[in-house]
Amino acid sequence: MTVLSASGLVKSYGGVKAVRGVDLRVDAGELLALIGPNGAGKSTCFNMLMGQIAPDAGRVELLGADITGQAPRRIWRQGVGRTFQITATFASMLVRENVQTALMSRHRRLGNLFLSATKLYAEGALALLERVGMADQAERPCSVLAYGDLKRVELAMALANDPKLLLMDEPTAGMAPTERQAMMALVAKLARESRIAVLFTEHDMDAVFTHADRIVVLNRGRVIAEGEPADVRADELVQRVYLGGGTMFGHV
Amino acid sequence: MLSVRNLEVDYGQAHILSNLALEVLSGEVVVLIGRNGAGKSTTMKAIMGLVPARAGEIRFQGHKVDHLRPYAVARLGIGYVPEDRRIFTDLSVRENLDVGRRTPSGAGALWTPDRVFALFPNLAEMQDRAGGMLSGGEQQMLAIARTLMGNPTLLLLDEPSEGLAPLIVEQMAEAILTLKRQGLSVLLSEQNLHFAHLVADRAYVIEKGRIRYSGTMAELAADKEVRDAYLSL
Amino acid sequence: MDFSSIVVQFLNGLAGASSLFLVAAGLSLIFGVTRVVNFAHGSFYMLGLFLAYSLAGRFGGTPTGFWISLLVSALVVGVVGALVEIVILRRTYRSPELFQLLATFAVVLVIKDVALAIWGADSLLGRRAPGLSGSFQFFGKVIPAYDLVLIAAGPVVLGLLWLIVRRTRFGRLVRAATQDREMVGALGVNEAWLFTGVFFLGSFLAGLGGAIVLPREPANLSLDIAVIADAFVVVVVGGMGSLPGAYLAALLIAEVKALCIAIGDVSMFGYTVSFSRLTLVVEFVVMAVVLVVRPYGLLGRPSATPRAQVAIMAASRPPRGRWILLVIAVLAVAPLLIDRYSIVLLNDVLVFALFAASLHFFMGTGGMISFGHAAYFGIGAYAAALLLKRAGLQMEVALTLAPVAGGIAALFFGWFCVRLSGVYLAMLTLAFAQIAWSIAYQWDALTGGSNGMVGVWPAAWLADKAAFYWLTLGVTVVGVLWLWRMASSPFGYGLRAGRDSPLRAEALGIDVRRQQWFTFGVVGAVAAAAGALYAFSKGSISPDVMGIQRSVDALVMVLLGGVHSLVGPLVGAAVLTWLQDEIIRDTEYWRGLLGLAILALVLLLPQGLAGARDLWRRKPA
Repeated sequence: MTVLSASGLVKSYGGVKAVRGVDLRVDAGELLALIGPNGAGKSTCFNMLMGQIAPDAGRVELLGADITGQAPRRIWRQGVGRTFQITATFASMLVRENVQTALMSRHRRLGNLFLSATKLYAEGALALLERVGMADQAERPCSVLAYGDLKRVELAMALANDPKLLLMDEPTAGMAPTERQAMMALVAKLARESRIAVLFTEHDMDAVFTHADRIVVLNRGRVIAEGEPADVRADELVQRVYLGGGTMFGHV
Repeated sequence: MLSVRNLEVDYGQAHILSNLALEVLSGEVVVLIGRNGAGKSTTMKAIMGLVPARAGEIRFQGHKVDHLRPYAVARLGIGYVPEDRRIFTDLSVRENLDVGRRTPSGAGALWTPDRVFALFPNLAEMQDRAGGMLSGGEQQMLAIARTLMGNPTLLLLDEPSEGLAPLIVEQMAEAILTLKRQGLSVLLSEQNLHFAHLVADRAYVIEKGRIRYSGTMAELAADKEVRDAYLSL
Repeated sequence: MDFSSIVVQFLNGLAGASSLFLVAAGLSLIFGVTRVVNFAHGSFYMLGLFLAYSLAGRFGGTPTGFWISLLVSALVVGVVGALVEIVILRRTYRSPELFQLLATFAVVLVIKDVALAIWGADSLLGRRAPGLSGSFQFFGKVIPAYDLVLIAAGPVVLGLLWLIVRRTRFGRLVRAATQDREMVGALGVNEAWLFTGVFFLGSFLAGLGGAIVLPREPANLSLDIAVIADAFVVVVVGGMGSLPGAYLAALLIAEVKALCIAIGDVSMFGYTVSFSRLTLVVEFVVMAVVLVVRPYGLLGRPSATPRAQVAIMAASRPPRGRWILLVIAVLAVAPLLIDRYSIVLLNDVLVFALFAASLHFFMGTGGMISFGHAAYFGIGAYAAALLLKRAGLQMEVALTLAPVAGGIAALFFGWFCVRLSGVYLAMLTLAFAQIAWSIAYQWDALTGGSNGMVGVWPAAWLADKAAFYWLTLGVTVVGVLWLWRMASSPFGYGLRAGRDSPLRAEALGIDVRRQQWFTFGVVGAVAAAAGALYAFSKGSISPDVMGIQRSVDALVMVLLGGVHSLVGPLVGAAVLTWLQDEIIRDTEYWRGLLGLAILALVLLLPQGLAGARDLWRRKPA
C-alpha cells in the first residue's frame, strides 16, 4: 500500500533551481533512503514533504489525500511524524513530559489553562518510551541525556500520533557506529510492526546499505538512480557523484 | 606543540571535561574520537578560550594560552574550524576569506586566496557567491579556507566530515593530508572511523569527558577490546 | 489644504526623515554587532541636541563655527557612547542579555538627570545656522533654507554608511560580527575593540541626528523616550539590519506624520478630527499595515533575523503549600500591626507583585520579552477609571471589567507582535505601549490628557486603607496562584514546548503563534487587574501609569528577583517598590540615583538576587 507519493516536485530559490521535478513513493512498512551530494536538494525535498516549504509545482499525497503546501502541524495531524537532523526536544522538561506534551497535542488538550497536567497521559507516555527503550530514563530531564538517547526520545514523540509515515532527517548523525546500527534496527522493527512507511536521509552509508529497503539518489535536484541497495551501490553515476572510491564505508 | 594538562570544564553543575590531557606534536595529525556529547567540541572550544576552563593548563609552543581571549589564541597561530562551520552567510566567499586574513609576526609561507583556491578548486568557481548559497561541502571547505587565511600553525578541526557526502569526505581527507605534507599540525575530532583511519597518525578516545584510550591508529585498529568498549556502545 | 501646502509638508517630511534615519541606523548597527538593545540611544540623540545648543550658542556665530559645533557635539556623544560600552556594557556581555538592556536604561535615567542639572527642565530652541537662517519661496509658501540641508543629510549619510559597510574591512568585520561575533573573535579579531568602534559610530550617528535638528526642534528632557520609541518603530518597519530599509521607513513615517499635520483639523459629520494630534496613532497604523504585509519589515529578510535569545528557563516548582499559607497569613494580619503609610506601601508592593508576576509568566513560560508591559497595566487603570467616571458604573463592576479590557487590548497588540520574535517582538511591544500612552496623553476630552483623572475612589466599604488592602491581597493571591498553576497546565506545557523548540512543537501539531497570542491575552488581563487596583488605591491616574518607566520597572523587578524562580518577581517587586519609596522622598534627582542603583546591581549581581543566593550556596562546596 502506498503511503506517501510525491510527483513533479519543483522548488527554486531566487532563480536557483534546488529541486527540479522529483517523484517519490513510499509504501507501508518500507524504509526508503534518500541520499545524494550536499546541495542535491534532499533537505528541500524533505521540507516540502513535511510542509516547512511550499513547492513551486508538484503534488504530495498521503494515503491518497492531497497535503501539498499544508502547514507542518496539519500534516502531523494527518499522520506524519518527523525527527530532525539536530535533535529537537523540549530541554526544560523531563523525558516523560516531552512525550506527554505530544500526546496532549494529539488529543487537543493544550487549550486548558486551569488543570494540572503533570499526570495527564503519563501512562501513554511511558508506553511509548517503552517502545523505544527509554522507559527507565522517563524521569530524567531531557537536558542531561546522551545524544543517542535524545534521538530515541524524539522518535517516541514522533510516534505519539500513530504515524503512517515517519520522516527522519539523518537519524543516526552524531552517534557512535554501533549505536547507529541499533537505532536503525529499532526504526526498522517499528516500521515492520506498525506498518509505518519511513523516509530517511543519511550520509552514513553503512546505515543506509544495511537497513534501507530501497534507495533514491538525488543529484542537482533530480533523481539519478533508484532501486535496491546493491544496485544503487553498483551504479557508476552514483559512485562518481556521491559514493566516491568507497573508502568511507563498509570495511572497518 | 600543543599540550593540554588536567583540563576541567563545567557547565552549570555538570562536569563536561574531567582531568583531560592530550598532546599534539609538530607536523602530526591527531584525532579525538567519541560520540556526540562526549566532550570533543568542548575540548576544542576550551583550547580556543571560547568556553572557560575551571582548571588545567594549556600550552602552545611554550606559551600558556589558558585564560587568553579567543582572538589572542588565534593570533598565536591556532586556527579553529567549528563543528557547524559558521560561515558568514551574507558575505561572499572572498569576503569570508578576508575576515579570516591575518599576517603572523614571524611569517612563514603565507596563505593567499589563490593558494586556498588551489587547495579547494570548487571554491575558486564561486568567489562572489554568498556563503549562505553554498552547499554543505562547499561551506566546510570555505570554513577551513577562511581559517587558513590566518596562517595558523595548528589547525583545530571539529568534525570536518559531519553531514557530508562520502565523495566530499574523501576530498576533505585529501586536503587534510595535503596540509599535513605542508607542515601543518592538526587536531581533529571525528566519529567517522573510516575518515580517522585515512588521515590521522594518533588517536585519543574520549568518553564522558575523559580520555579513555590513546595510541597510534595502527594500535587502535588492532585493539578490538578498546573499540568494543568505547567506540561501539 | 491645497497642492502647495502638501508639497511643503512633503519637504518637511523629507527633512524630518533624515534625523530619524540617523538615529535608527545607529541603533540597528549597535544591535546587529553587539546584540545590545540600546535604550540610551534616544538619550544620545537628546544629548547631541543639548550639546549642539550650548556649543553653537557659544561658537556658532560664523558658518564654520556653527558646523564645527554640530560635528563636535556628535563626536562627543560618540565618545560618551564608547565610554558607556567600555565602562559598563563590556562587563555585562557574559550576563543574560536583558541585563545589558537594564544597564542601558539605567544610562537613560542618569543622562536625563545630568541634562536636567546642566540645561534645566525648560525647552531650549537653538541658534539658526548662519547663512542658512533665511528661507525661500516655493509655490507661494515659505521653506526654511536649512531644511534643504536636512533633506540632503539623510541620503548622504546613507551613502557613506553603505560604502563603509560594503567596501571597507571594518564594514566586512561588522557584517560578519552581526551574524556571528564569537566566530569573528576565533578568527583573531579583537572583538572588544570592534564593539567599541561600533558603539562609537552608532552613538555618533544618534548625536548627529540630534545636533542637526538644532535650528528646527527645541531641546527638552522628554526627547529621549520619544525618540527611542520612534527609532524602534523605524527599525522594525524598515527591516532589521537593512540600512536602506531604515531610511525608507524613516521617510515613510516622517511623510505620513507631515501629511497629518498638513491635513490638520477636518470636520466630518459634525465632529472635528484633529489629524495633527493623531500623528502617533497614524504611525502605528503604518507600522501595523507594513507588518501584516511584510512581517520582516520593508527590506528585511527572514534570514537576517537572529533567533530569539531569551534564555531557556526551567519551570521552577512553586514553593510548598504551607509556606504559601504562612506568607498569606502574615500579609493578612499585617494591616493590624503597621501604620497607615506602611499599609499603602504594602498595598503598592502587592499590586506590583501581581504586575511583575504577569510579566514573569510572559517571559519565563512564554519565552517572549516585553518592553511595554505597562500598556496593559495602564489600560486596566484607565479602563477602571473611565468605567467609573465616564460610564458611571459601580466600582466593583469597573474593577471586574478592567481585566477584560486589558485582555482584549493585549490580544489586539499581540496579534501583531507574535508575527515577530525575540527582540523585534519586544520592540513592537514598546511601540504599542507608547501608542497607548500617547492616546491617553493626547485625548484630553476622554482621558483628561496629561492631567489624568481624579476622584477614582473605591466603593464606600473599601474606603478604609486596610479594607482595600485586603481586597488587593485577595486579587493578588488568586492571580499569582493562577499564573503558577498555568505554568503546569496543558496550556503551559504547550507554551514551554513552543519556547524550547518551535520547530519540534510545530511538528507535533502545536500552533506556537496562537499559544503566544493567548499568552498576551492572559498576562494582559492579569496586568490590567493590577492596574485597576492601582488606580483605585491612588484615587487618581495619569499617563505615567503606562509610561516606559513603568515597563522598565517591571523588567527590573523580574530580573532583580531572578527569572529562574517563580518567587523572584514577587521579591523583586517588594525590593524595588521599597527602594523607590526611599529614594523619591529624599531627592529631586531620584532618577539618576535609581539609575546608579540599577547599574550597581547589574555590575555586582549579574544573576539577580536569586543568582547571588546560588553563589552564596555554592561557595562552601
